[in-house]
Amino acid sequence: MATPSLLLLLADGRFPAGAHAHSGGLEAAVAAGRVTDLTSLEAFLAGRLATAGLVGAAFAAAAHRAAVLAEFAARSGALTRLDAELDARTAAPALRAVSRRQGRALLRAGRSIWPDAPFADLPATPGGPHQPLVLGLLCAAAGLSRVETAMIAAYGTLTGAASAGVRLLGLDPYQVQALLVGLADACDGTAADAARAADDPPERLPAAAAPLADIHAEIHATWEVRLFAS
Amino acid sequence: MRALARLVARADGRGGTALVELHGETPLLLRQTPTDCGVATVHLVGGAAGPLAGDDLRLEIEVGPGAAVRVHSVAASIALPGRAGAVSRMAVRAVVHAGATLHWLPEQLVAAAGCAHLAESRIALAAGASLRWRDELICGRYGEVPGGAVVHTQVDYAGRPLLRQSLAVGPNAPGWAGPAVLGGAPATGSLLVVDPSRPAEPPTAEGSVARLPLAGGPGTLWTATAPDAHTLRAHLTV
Repeated sequence: MATPSLLLLLADGRFPAGAHAHSGGLEAAVAAGRVTDLTSLEAFLAGRLATAGLVGAAFAAAAHRAAVLAEFAARSGALTRLDAELDARTAAPALRAVSRRQGRALLRAGRSIWPDAPFADLPATPGGPHQPLVLGLLCAAAGLSRVETAMIAAYGTLTGAASAGVRLLGLDPYQVQALLVGLADACDGTAADAARAADDPPERLPAAAAPLADIHAEIHATWEVRLFAS
Repeated sequence: MRALARLVARADGRGGTALVELHGETPLLLRQTPTDCGVATVHLVGGAAGPLAGDDLRLEIEVGPGAAVRVHSVAASIALPGRAGAVSRMAVRAVVHAGATLHWLPEQLVAAAGCAHLAESRIALAAGASLRWRDELICGRYGEVPGGAVVHTQVDYAGRPLLRQSLAVGPNAPGWAGPAVLGGAPATGSLLVVDPSRPAEPPTAEGSVARLPLAGGPGTLWTATAPDAHTLRAHLTV
C-alpha cells in the first residue's frame, strides 16, 4: 500500500521528470492569439482536460492495470498494444515525439527510484516509451491505486499548462490557482472516468480529439526560438 | 427509424468494379451513379429528414480485392433532436481488401440545436488497401449553438491501429469551443488518406490546417478548423 505522501510526491511538478519545460500546447495557443486572458485560459484548460487529459489518464490507468499482470509475456504484450493504440490517438508527429521525450525523462527518474519495477516490459520504441505508460508503471511500483494514477495524469495536464499561463501571459498567480480550484471537480471526474475506462479493451479506450492541439503542436515544432519544449 | 444499408463491390476482372450488393432502407438509400474510370460510384440519398434522435442507421461496406468504390451523398445530413433522452446514431463499418480502394466523401454533418448524435465509423484496411475518408462537422446551423455530437473514427491497417479519434462538441463536451479544441470555429473536419504506394510526407501546419503523417501505417491525416463549410472543404481537398 502507498502512503498519501507518495501520491503527492508523484503529482508534484517538482518531481524530476522535466514537466516544467512543457506548456501543454499553451505557448502556441497564446502565440496564435487564442489564449489572451484568464477566461480564455480557463476554456483552454477545460478543453485540454477533456481531451488530452482524459486520454493520457486512461492510458496511464491501463498501463497500471497491465503492470500487475503476473506473466512477463502478458505485461509486455499489453504494453506494446497500448503503445500502438496511443500512437493511433496522437495524429500529430510533434505530440508523439513530446510524449515519448517526456516518457524517457520519467523513465530515467523511475529507474533510479524504483530499480525493481518492470520498466523492461515497455516496448523498445524509437524515441522512447509514451509518458502515460511509464507513469502507469511508476505509480504501480509506488503502490498507488489505478484511480490515483489517473488522477496524477489528469492533474499534470492541468497544472503544467496553468503555470505556463502565468509565465506566458503575466497572469496573477492567485487567480490562476483559483481557476485550478474551480476545475478540481472536473479533474477528479476525468480521473474516475479514465480509471473505469481502463477495464475496456485497448481499442475502446478514450480517443478524445482536439484539432487545434494537433495544429498548434506542429506549428510550435517549427519555431526556432521558444520558451517551452511543447 | 432503423435502417440497414449494405454495399458490396468486387473487381469484375476487366479492370472495373461490379456492385454485387447494393441494398438500402429508408432513410438510408443507395443509388449507383455513372462510373468514373472503373471506380463504382454510389450516392447516399436521404429518404427522410434527419437523422432524428432515436434513429439508428447502419451502413456496411465491403470492397473486394482490386475493386474501387467512391461514396458521396446528395446533401448534408442534419442531426436533429427527437424523443427526449434519445440519441441518433449513424454507424458505418467498412472492410477494404488488398489492392482495393474506398473513397468516402459525403457532404457535411450539421449538428443542429438540441441534437444528440453519434457518428461512428470503423474501417478495417488490409495491407495494400487504399482509402480516402473525409468527415466534416458543422457545429449548428447559421448562428445556432449545436446540440451534442460525437464523430468517432477508428481505422486499422493490416491489423494494426492506424487512427482513433473521437471529436465531441456541444453541451456535454467541456471546452469544445475553446482554444484547446476548436477555438470558436463552427466548422471542423479531417481527411484521412491511406495510400501504400505514396511515400510519407513530412508534417506541415499553417493557420488552422495541418498535414499529419500517422505512425501505424501509410496514412496521412489532414485536420482543419474553419469559419464555414466552404473554407473547410477547401482545406480538406488535396
